[in-house]
Amino acid sequence: MKNKYVYALLWASTIVTAMILIFILGFVVLKGSSALSVEFLIDIPRRGGEAGGIFPAILGTFYLVIIALVVAVPLGVGGALYLVEFQKENIITKIIRFGADTLNAVPSIIFGLFGFAFLVYYLKLGVCILSGGVTLAFMVLPTILRTSEEALRAVPGWDKEGSYALGATKLQTIKNIVLPQSLSGIITGIVLSIGRAAGETAPIIFTAAILNPVLPESVFDPTMSLPSHLYTLVSESTPEKLVNAYGTALVLIILVLITTYSAMLFRKYFTRHVRR
Amino acid sequence: MKTEKIVEKILLIFALSATLVIFLIIIFLFKEGLPILKKEGLGFILGKIWNPGKEIYGALTFIAGSLSVTFLALLIAVPLGVSCALFLAEIAPKRAESLFRPVIELLAGIPSVVYGMFGLIVIVRFIKVSFDIPTGETVLACSIVLAVMILPIIISVSEDAIKSVPRIYKEGSFALGATHWQTMKRVILPTASSGITASIILAMGRAIGETMAVVLVLGNVEMIPKSILNPAEALTSVILLEMGEASVGGSHYEALFAVGIILFIIVMILNIISMKIGVRKK
Repeated sequence: MKNKYVYALLWASTIVTAMILIFILGFVVLKGSSALSVEFLIDIPRRGGEAGGIFPAILGTFYLVIIALVVAVPLGVGGALYLVEFQKENIITKIIRFGADTLNAVPSIIFGLFGFAFLVYYLKLGVCILSGGVTLAFMVLPTILRTSEEALRAVPGWDKEGSYALGATKLQTIKNIVLPQSLSGIITGIVLSIGRAAGETAPIIFTAAILNPVLPESVFDPTMSLPSHLYTLVSESTPEKLVNAYGTALVLIILVLITTYSAMLFRKYFTRHVRR
Repeated sequence: MKTEKIVEKILLIFALSATLVIFLIIIFLFKEGLPILKKEGLGFILGKIWNPGKEIYGALTFIAGSLSVTFLALLIAVPLGVSCALFLAEIAPKRAESLFRPVIELLAGIPSVVYGMFGLIVIVRFIKVSFDIPTGETVLACSIVLAVMILPIIISVSEDAIKSVPRIYKEGSFALGATHWQTMKRVILPTASSGITASIILAMGRAIGETMAVVLVLGNVEMIPKSILNPAEALTSVILLEMGEASVGGSHYEALFAVGIILFIIVMILNIISMKIGVRKK
């Protein structure tokens, strides 16, 4: 008797949650599609974002994500390799995991403060792509470390032992057996990090972002970026700016849809082909 | 093997990088923020007046703002999130589950500034109209947006906790003639309660640390909210809004880092509690 109502309630909660997502996505897609055009993607913002496009912001976000990956991928994947292949569980691995979990919980605005005080001011890098990209790298590092660790751990022991039995060294085994097998799992974490780094606003607003639509010439130049541009447009909230804000939000959402979907594909491939 | 040893040392340094960054964050936050915390003492936390022009720094209004939106957000998100987790772990047919998984991932993936935009355009306006108040930028609007943002973490961590309840417990309950709901209420939820609590505390940390969505929908008015239809200002908002005006090394700059220290300490405490109670096997 009561069971039936509870089932209905649980179904309803789930459907409500799904509706919320559909509502948000529908809103951004409907509002944004009227602003989105080829010109919008390749033109620079004009009249303070009331007209023109978002090309410098797209380019800036692209650069920031590349820098973040260049820094965070070697650190994260290398760190995971150390945890799985070189070290038994002990105090050092505990410290490493605690550090990663703690870093993962740090609020994004704190990364912004830290990036400013450490990279921009103390290391005198200035407000630039490099400062912003490295700040973002610190943010996504825990995700890459933990997903890579999980992927590396899933490689079956007998494959490694087979490699050793054939006389391969540890490094050869890692290169020829471990990394190829866990690659799709590692990529899952990297792809998720791309989406996250591209959408983060607070960490780059003090470290990399400017409002002027100038194209950066090197990593030591500041840049526009999609999320910071969107923030500016929304907080100023004039009707013309809002139209362009919807367009910018749609570009960000498309990026997130692509990264989330491909991460799911990589994860599926990984669980199907590696975790036998 | 010589190269192997070298590689091992390099990888050890890589592995320790996250820990090193945490240390650097602590060092730099305290280096910039501690002087003013020492000078102002408890007044920094208990003072209600924040006036950088007169160098008066009391962060109580921001603490109150952050806490009120966080608790209200939890009030909305916990029942909904735990229900979804129960659905996924207990009754979802395979197809419904595979349809719902991407929903959680996407909710988690939407950038916070997009949530902020949605909140400002849709929820704030809705609240303004339906309560007939001068501005919809309120604690309520902000809590609704935050609730949606923390749903994914509550759902996925609670689901893990519910799924790790041993089958035998359930079967024992069924064997005694309990219905599925009785089993959920008396056996599954109590057994999974520590994991569910961990998910709630984790979500609390996320909500307190959220910046972009909060700054866009909370109104940013320095006052202790008396009702959920009042605007307020959060710890994160004041940092974001005022860093641009503060000159490096000045008292305002230091005060903003001190706000950062308060935020950091709150989030770290919550994180450690959730790690301790949610100790998942493995």
